[in-house]
Amino acid sequence: MVGELEFERPLIELRKKIAELKEFTLNTDVDLSSEISKLEARLVKLEQDIYENIKPWDRVQIARHPNRPTTLDYISYLFEDFFECHGDRRFADDEAIVGGIAKFKGLPVTVIGHQRGKDTKENIRRNFGMPHPEGYRKAIRLMHQADKFKRPIICFIDTKGAYPGKAAEERGQSEAIAHNLFEMAGLKVPVICVVIGEGGSGGALGLGVGNRIYMLENSTYSVISPEGAAAILWKDAAQAKRAAETMRITAPDLKELGIIDEIIPEIKGGAHRDVKKQAEQIEHTLLATLKELLKLSPEELVEDRYNRFRTIGEFDFINEYAGVK
Amino acid sequence: MALKDLFTKNQTKKKKYATIPTEAAKQDVPEGIMTKCPSCKKIMYTKELLKNHKVCLHCQHHFQMNAGERIESFIDEGSFEEINENMISKNPLQFPGYLEKLEKDRQKSKLNEAIVTGIGTVGGCKVVVAIMDASFRMGSMGSVVGEKITLAIEKADELSVPFIIFTASGGARMQEGAISLMQMAKTSVALKKFSNNGGLIISIMTHPTTGGVSASFASLGDYNFAEPEALIGFAGRRVIEQSIREKLPEDFQTAEFLLKHGQLDAIISRLDLAEKIANILEIHQPGGEITW
Repeated sequence: MVGELEFERPLIELRKKIAELKEFTLNTDVDLSSEISKLEARLVKLEQDIYENIKPWDRVQIARHPNRPTTLDYISYLFEDFFECHGDRRFADDEAIVGGIAKFKGLPVTVIGHQRGKDTKENIRRNFGMPHPEGYRKAIRLMHQADKFKRPIICFIDTKGAYPGKAAEERGQSEAIAHNLFEMAGLKVPVICVVIGEGGSGGALGLGVGNRIYMLENSTYSVISPEGAAAILWKDAAQAKRAAETMRITAPDLKELGIIDEIIPEIKGGAHRDVKKQAEQIEHTLLATLKELLKLSPEELVEDRYNRFRTIGEFDFINEYAGVK
Repeated sequence: MALKDLFTKNQTKKKKYATIPTEAAKQDVPEGIMTKCPSCKKIMYTKELLKNHKVCLHCQHHFQMNAGERIESFIDEGSFEEINENMISKNPLQFPGYLEKLEKDRQKSKLNEAIVTGIGTVGGCKVVVAIMDASFRMGSMGSVVGEKITLAIEKADELSVPFIIFTASGGARMQEGAISLMQMAKTSVALKKFSNNGGLIISIMTHPTTGGVSASFASLGDYNFAEPEALIGFAGRRVIEQSIREKLPEDFQTAEFLLKHGQLDAIISRLDLAEKIANILEIHQPGGEITW
């Protein structure tokens, strides 16, 4: 199968073996059904073992899977009448971020998300889902529009990071992201963020200041990529696997650290195995969350979002201090 | 030893010692009497340099300042009162070696964390000020930096006085992972609240201001200023060169580059800083009655 991952190899081999045996029984008179059922039982157990003890690095691989559903994939399943709006009204239309208006079970909403490409050609057009400042400026323009028309906002996060490029710096990548954090804090409508793939640092956070933050089970959210962390910490990008563990970037890690609200379960093997089913899982969460948040007044929504972030951080106090003077 | 030996130089035996400055001494202003400017290579009295706010007497090069020097240079004498000075970092990710690194920097910098916050006056105007110090963990932002900034913003809100921040940071602190990333959001939502209440925010970016710090509070001033030649940017220069496969211009990501591209209100020399900021503060003072 295309896109099988390293850690799934034992499963693939076992499945192959079972298929071979089945074929063999069809073509000959030998009855192997007892062997087959034994192997099938082993397969169930092995699946359980592998997917229940999935390692952070395996999750990184799933999050980066070429067939992993993107923002537009989920939009097509989750919303009706999606109408894409383009451009930041300042400089350009950044296709690394898509956004527009739609209906969620009849309720008008604004949907925004990072957008990777599915193939090389589309990836080049979408800059591999790594936005320039105009992408963030388009996003905040659409969020202000949602605010004006009192539509809830749903953000899908899926980027390796904001694009590190010359033009991006010239046009104020830092300012664009900072501005989004600042302005999202003031939105008087519900903002729900779902990390669906990779949540890469400030580039992810630029769409991430929501009332609720959810992560798909096999998505990641981190301050720096495992490769980047390994290069800095151990001067060796090959140690990315170790960094993925040390940096605590998976959904269960972030839930434990109190950074995200809930984990949205994925189907065995990852969201790419069944987009429709995965979308149903997300729909569940969105529906429940919207029901809850729509009860809040505009002021309460702002306060709720403030408290959501205000409380993140761990610190201590000591008595000894030389003082600055 | 014969008496005559006392009067002759025994040159074969005499050892010559060369002074090798440590890395820290090369970067920082050494404690010696004289200091060499890394930019114009001219030598000057350290005392005079300090009196000149660590600005080179010959070429105006701005040496890096620590938080204590900044307070002395910028805040009205004797007016500074530090807040939340006893806050220290924990190790939320159980990151190997993190606590040891923090302790080492605590010894070296005499600071508890990479930021000093407090209340003081500038040109007689009361302000809350937050000063990052790059000598502690490269001024990187973890929970404590985020929390102290947020508490400082809230203090400014409570007192209804302006909030001034001096940034000097390599970005988010890796050892605190996503928690440090979220400090960008925390400080930004606090600034938004303060801003909505009419609070004045002044950001002064000093060398270096990069990564998550430049992509949050550093860029969120009502006025964004920078010191001359300060390095300011989102992504690291090497990362960009790798991704676009071309050499970047010499002045890339300097304060001057940012000014040219519309990202700053002004570049202000440290020699004029207190006076110019005092002017801005004065303009924002609740107005008296207009008599014309």
